[in-house]
Amino acid sequence: MGILQSIKMALRSIKSNKLRSALTMLGMIIGVSSVIILVSIAQGSAQNVTSRINQLGTNLLTINTFGNDLALTEDKINELSKLNGVKAVSPVVSGRVNVKKEKTTSQVTLTGTNAAYSSVKDTKVSNGRFITDLDIEYRQKIAVIGADTASTLFGTTNPVGQYLQIEGTSFKIVGVLVSKGSSMGQSGDNVVIVPLSTGQRLVKNTTINQVYLQGKSEDQMDLVMNEVEMKMASLYPNKSDSYSVTNQQDLMDTMSSVTNTMTMMLGGIASISLLVGGIGIMNIMLVSVSERTKEIGIRKAIGAKRRDVLLQFLIEAVVLSGVGGLIGILTGVGIGKALSSLLSLTVSFTSSVMVMSFLFSLAVGVIFGVFPANKASKLNPIQALRYE
Amino acid sequence: MGEPIIEISHLMKTYKLGGETVHALNNVSIEIKKGEFLAIIGPSGSGKSTLMNMIGCLDRPQSGKYLLDGKDIGKMNDNQLAMIRNQKIGFIFQNFNLLTKLTALENVELPLLYAGLPAKQRREKALEGLTKVGLIERAGHLPTQLSGGQQQRVAIARALAGNPAILLADEPTGALDSKTSIEILEVMKELNELGHTIILITHDLAIAKQARRMVSIQDGELLENGGEPIGNIAIY
Ligand SMILES: Nc1ncnc2c1ncn2[C@@H]1O[C@H](COP(=O)(O)OP(=O)(O)OP(=O)(O)O)[C@@H](O)[C@H]1O
Ligand SMILES: [Mg+2]
Repeated sequence: MGILQSIKMALRSIKSNKLRSALTMLGMIIGVSSVIILVSIAQGSAQNVTSRINQLGTNLLTINTFGNDLALTEDKINELSKLNGVKAVSPVVSGRVNVKKEKTTSQVTLTGTNAAYSSVKDTKVSNGRFITDLDIEYRQKIAVIGADTASTLFGTTNPVGQYLQIEGTSFKIVGVLVSKGSSMGQSGDNVVIVPLSTGQRLVKNTTINQVYLQGKSEDQMDLVMNEVEMKMASLYPNKSDSYSVTNQQDLMDTMSSVTNTMTMMLGGIASISLLVGGIGIMNIMLVSVSERTKEIGIRKAIGAKRRDVLLQFLIEAVVLSGVGGLIGILTGVGIGKALSSLLSLTVSFTSSVMVMSFLFSLAVGVIFGVFPANKASKLNPIQALRYE
Repeated sequence: MGEPIIEISHLMKTYKLGGETVHALNNVSIEIKKGEFLAIIGPSGSGKSTLMNMIGCLDRPQSGKYLLDGKDIGKMNDNQLAMIRNQKIGFIFQNFNLLTKLTALENVELPLLYAGLPAKQRREKALEGLTKVGLIERAGHLPTQLSGGQQQRVAIARALAGNPAILLADEPTGALDSKTSIEILEVMKELNELGHTIILITHDLAIAKQARRMVSIQDGELLENGGEPIGNIAIY
């Protein structure tokens, strides 16, 4: 008997037991769709994070200092900027400050920095101009504000040329930044940028605890990183515990290893439900074998071979799990899409996950179908015929 | 009548139940020729069905020899036995044993399916078989929508579908009323006229007498009497 015929027969017997087949498939449907939903949410958030990090540019190095026993002074920062692979250096002081315009007040992140910041951190103005080195020298009371800060304080009017109060001091607004969107729960648009010298006064702290360095080319960042680390070691001997040098690639690697772990974990948890679905199939097939003992006896009496009976039950199990898997994929994609539009989650469906989970469901059908099918094929025809 | 199709010699079959040994078949020897119509008669528990299972290749002899068409059944594996059941033997059971989820036509097609015939030929032959037993207009009905006599006719059509040499009927009229029983017997006689070898198992002497040859079985032992049953057969 051919495979095609066996498949027809299996479909036939699945159809004649609709409710039971549907309940059996439910296990596979839930299993496959939860794999797809969880994995695509995990991958979506991974993609999200990666693209955010990429936006920052991959030729960026960051030096952070911890504690107060290490002073990143201007002349030392100058020495760093003279390194071969370094294109620009941008020291930063930062803190939370209150800003006020007439009756409206708001808490924002203040950044004091230099003119290079604009290119180092890829921060462009949409309106007006950025800070210049002259502003720093003359301790100008000017500010560039983020898009959110602009709309909070000024609504729809153009803020450039107007004034606002930062911690009680009046600042002239010279530019508004291009909106960046939020990243990891932090709005990149609720900020105020002022000249470094002015900023140090505002946060009442002259210590620079962060320096951004821009490399000349993206593919030599490892070399530049080395250079910077060696320079730092010679500038601050025996203080290697008080600062760290990181590049974007490190950050990206860390993030992707975190999201990979997350994907694996969620996929693994969902696979358990696939396994449970498989056990459900085995259970039903075993019931079906003993319910159909007489049928098996009749089939054997009129010439069914062991192989024919084995295939019949195996194919039934595989068709059940396969159809369940297909429905599960559709359900998973449907629910994933619904979630992504309702909760504005980034969800990424990859065909490899779908193919994998479909193949997995077929494999579950085979693995859990073999035992009952083998049991059916081994029945003694005489005893099977006597069975009532 | 031609050469022997079934040659059985010194066949034994015992069942062990607890400490007791039941001789379901005890040293049975019989020769059946092509085209014969043989009735096997015996009381309940005498070993009739056991013998039929043996002849029908559902079981292998424990000891003794069974040659079917000259081939030693005792030496065949399960697959070969399945093939012989499919091609050389047609079973007719007391309780019809049709597959209840399949239509009459599909039931008749089933042995042809296992024989590996393509769909079109299966359909043709099955329709032909249903026509022979006079049930062509019921082809699409399920067994539950048919009377007992009609179900047995479908079963006969199924047994005949592969055009087997031997028809084995184990109390084919046991579940039918007397009028329907006669009809079924007529069908079997016609088939015998057409050259099929028929072995009919019954405990009803009146039915057994319709056959051309009759043997009786008692406690697993076969007794032959040239067409007339021996002993006090009236007790059946
Ligand atoms: N699977 C089995 N296990 C144990 N004993 C069995 C088995 N099958 C048959 N027997 C015994 O073998 C003997 C013959 O049984 P068999 O079914 O051949 O009788 P029968 O002549 O067909 O009876 P009936 O007319 O009631 O159908 C009986 O004593 C029965 O109890
Ligand atoms: Mg019997």
